[in-house]
Amino acid sequence: MEDLKLHGSIFSPFTWRVIWALKLKGLNFEFIQEDMTNKSDLLLKYNPVYKKIPVLVHGGKPIVESSIILEYIEETWPQNPLLPVDPYEKAVARFWSKFADDKILTLYYGFFMKVGEEQEKAVQEGLEILRNLEEHGLGDKKFFGGETIGLADVGLGWIAYWLNVLEEIVGIKLLEESKFPRLFEWTNNFKEISIIKENLPDRDEMMAFLKSRYDGLRVFFSHVG
Amino acid sequence: MADNELILLDLWDSPFAMRVRIALDEKGIPFKSKEQDLEEKSPLLLQMNPIHKQVPVLIHNGKPISESLIVVQYIDEVWYNRSPLLPSDPYQRASMRFWADYVDKKVYNTGKKIICGIGEEVEIAKHELIAILKTLEGELGENHFFAGHTFGYVDVSLIPFYSWFYLYEKLGKFSIELECPKLVNWAKRCMEKECVSKNLPDELKVHDHIVELKNTGKYK
Repeated sequence: MEDLKLHGSIFSPFTWRVIWALKLKGLNFEFIQEDMTNKSDLLLKYNPVYKKIPVLVHGGKPIVESSIILEYIEETWPQNPLLPVDPYEKAVARFWSKFADDKILTLYYGFFMKVGEEQEKAVQEGLEILRNLEEHGLGDKKFFGGETIGLADVGLGWIAYWLNVLEEIVGIKLLEESKFPRLFEWTNNFKEISIIKENLPDRDEMMAFLKSRYDGLRVFFSHVG
Repeated sequence: MADNELILLDLWDSPFAMRVRIALDEKGIPFKSKEQDLEEKSPLLLQMNPIHKQVPVLIHNGKPISESLIVVQYIDEVWYNRSPLLPSDPYQRASMRFWADYVDKKVYNTGKKIICGIGEEVEIAKHELIAILKTLEGELGENHFFAGHTFGYVDVSLIPFYSWFYLYEKLGKFSIELECPKLVNWAKRCMEKECVSKNLPDELKVHDHIVELKNTGKYK
């Protein structure tokens, strides 16, 4: 019985990646929902450098940064591997996992939080991101990991559920089936995987949370004109 | 696997490219360096790194790997029996990945603010960089290298920036040695290794080149 605790937030895509990895490996863990507006002492103790979630605590020892946590999970529990054995294929998976990391924030801070010209620019960036994923990342494969899901799929999973919520709130569609047919199909295939299907965040809760953030920003922008 | 077809799409003063050169030399792996012109990107670079169009790119038997820390991990995995850079314990690996990632997130971009900042921005960035370097110094502690006795992954990720210290110091008007003496001692210790001293450019040349790029609006 592993002593595993995950400090995270159901509203953060970074947390969901770790939940998926743990579930895919068949691991039991205790989940502690952190209020990021009122960080717990434990969180500050476990992640003094960034004070962020997610934090995985294994036998009392903390591991932080979601992609680092994913590698730790992979190395500690080799069952249902998320990374291929071949070093080159591993490097490719890591590349797309990093791409996923970098680009979530581009979309969140640009597409979702900006207005006017800055948002226009962010929309173009968003389309470029999806284009790269469709053409260079996925190619002809069913999943980024090949026939089965891997680290990159877990890292990019936010496209399958979280992006859609942002698009609905902002009122602009980025991931259109006609423009990105393979990526679009990937989102459906990803969500059909039983472990993923059973562990998707509640859409209404996510919507309410993000909408309140969005509305708060609109009020702010209306005052700064 | 033939390890005789290694090409590095390189840039002499890129700290990220330096990491790869250091890792390869530390393991005694021969490679061919192809200096790139980032203003006029070569067809090879665009083909091998179509997403980011950046250096470094390591091409191994025709297959490209990019993102410097991913390249270093690749090198460590392929040539695992020569001077390993990462330990085998998953928790220690996670810790080293954390600190290399910290260097990635913090050092270059904060340094850039010192280089490109105007007025008070430079002062603020300088204080930020000092805090970052002090944090790294704290992590180093009394160790010879970040992992202990042997030169490893975190050392490789950070040491290239030592060649940029002079640049930061001149533009920020401060002394890194005064602020972080242990870290500078660590850097000098790294420089005693041939794989490091051979692959770090002269700090004055770095300074002059980056200042020139900045003044001509090319440093972005």
